[in-house]
Amino acid sequence: MSGDAVAMMVLAMVVLWGGLGAAIVNIVRFKGREPQESMRDL
Amino acid sequence: MTVTKAPIDRGRFSNKTVFIMAAIGSAVGLGNIWRFPYVAYEGGGGAFILPYLVALLVAGIPLLLLDYAVGHSQRGSAPLSFARISRKLEWIGWWQVAICVVIAVYYAAILAWAIQYTGFSFTQAWGDDPETFLFQEFLQAGDPGVTLQFVPAVLIPMVIMWIVTIAIMALGVQKGVGATSVIFIPILLIVFIALVVQALMLPGAMEGLQTLFQPDWAALANPAVWASAFGQIFFSLSVGFGIMITYASYVGRKVDMTGSGFVVGFANSGFELLCGIGVFSALGFLAQSSGLAVADVVADGIGLAFVAFPAIISQAPLGALLGVLFFVSLVLAGFTSLISILEVVISAVRDKLELGRVQATLIVTIPLALISILLFSTTSGVYVLDIADYFINRFGILLAALVAMVAIAWGVRKVPWFADHMSRYGSIRLGAWWRVLVMFVTPIALVIMLVQETITAITVPYEGYPAWMLGLFGWGVAAAAIVAGILLSLTRWKPSTPMEAPERDEEVVR
Repeated sequence: MSGDAVAMMVLAMVVLWGGLGAAIVNIVRFKGREPQESMRDL
Repeated sequence: MTVTKAPIDRGRFSNKTVFIMAAIGSAVGLGNIWRFPYVAYEGGGGAFILPYLVALLVAGIPLLLLDYAVGHSQRGSAPLSFARISRKLEWIGWWQVAICVVIAVYYAAILAWAIQYTGFSFTQAWGDDPETFLFQEFLQAGDPGVTLQFVPAVLIPMVIMWIVTIAIMALGVQKGVGATSVIFIPILLIVFIALVVQALMLPGAMEGLQTLFQPDWAALANPAVWASAFGQIFFSLSVGFGIMITYASYVGRKVDMTGSGFVVGFANSGFELLCGIGVFSALGFLAQSSGLAVADVVADGIGLAFVAFPAIISQAPLGALLGVLFFVSLVLAGFTSLISILEVVISAVRDKLELGRVQATLIVTIPLALISILLFSTTSGVYVLDIADYFINRFGILLAALVAMVAIAWGVRKVPWFADHMSRYGSIRLGAWWRVLVMFVTPIALVIMLVQETITAITVPYEGYPAWMLGLFGWGVAAAAIVAGILLSLTRWKPSTPMEAPERDEEVVR
């Protein structure tokens, strides 16, 4: 494989799989919080 | 709220993880495996990652979050959710249900083929000419037309597939849809990783990856490449036709929906990348063993799965194993998508008629199974399937998504309200960036795609099929879905059906 192709493959992996990892870490670490004001649905 | 009968639970996912797995199961389908690798290769190889990522972030995930917002706030199936937003929009929900009906009946046929090909992997029944075997021996396809001449090799797995599907759907949201996804998605990931590992060890795999990832930067100047990136993201994420609305309605009030949306979006795209690596490694091997360039063996869709892959299986060491891994992946990915498509219809019928789960499942799935078997287990099934798939994706899903988005953003002007709803318990706040994307950027992208697709469909008869077949199974089916949506929205809801979203989960009755 050429350097260009390897670089793009690695970039795609970092962006998409890294993005997935970051998204999973985000929801695992998020504890949630009660809203400060009460809002009624419709 | 008026409750005139004993409350019946609509069903719900037991927790956030089950919901995310079900949403991933819906998004990850046949298109990830057999469409993305080809689209990426055609769209500039390694350079395609740029428009693809832009499409994911500015259109795919924002649209996914809008679907979540509709279902999660309104706590209903697509028609009930739209009706609760405005009675004038209910027809859009029924239109989405009609689209799901069309897709469900042909999707089952492809899964039946994949089941048969899993077995064929051991015997290599296709011999030296997989294409002739597929169309002449397996599908027994004659000239384009409509027949009622059944093909037992397709009929039998289709019947089995529908029986299993009906049983799972009858089990309900958590024990059926949720449990299937929680079990099948990790298995799919393991099976596909095994396939990728085996494909990477084949001679020629690196040439395949070189072909896929070699960047063609000039392609980025071509608007068609950007349109195909948006198209791939859009078709792959299961947005715009009621699935994510329905699934989000089964999620607890305080679940982090925005964070979940990003997980689903990146999981879907991450799996597509894995598919690209596996498929092009195998195509690199096929090219080398055939003495051809990789570009000469590249294929997508049915040609990739049922022609190119059988050729690879015949020539590869441990070919039977490769075949089983590939076709089992197709079955698993397709099956979790099929149950999500059916859930849209069952949920809508349940809400409208106030039926129990089993009753609604049988009323929906038995007629669909019969239509599916009658149309697609015959010698003409492959042509009808090909035409219906092409047209309902473009002039069903794409058009319905655009209409829904414009209606919500500019008709009832609820985007800011949905942003507040989603941000209330979400880990990622939907600020002005999201409002701009769903009110301006994504609708414009959808319009561009739709105009382009319409011009193509009008000027170039799809695959050279006869005009009457394109009219009946293409344009006719797409138009019938709209008419069905309008007609179904004219029927009355039962007086006991709350036409306002319940304020708390425990008030979700029926």
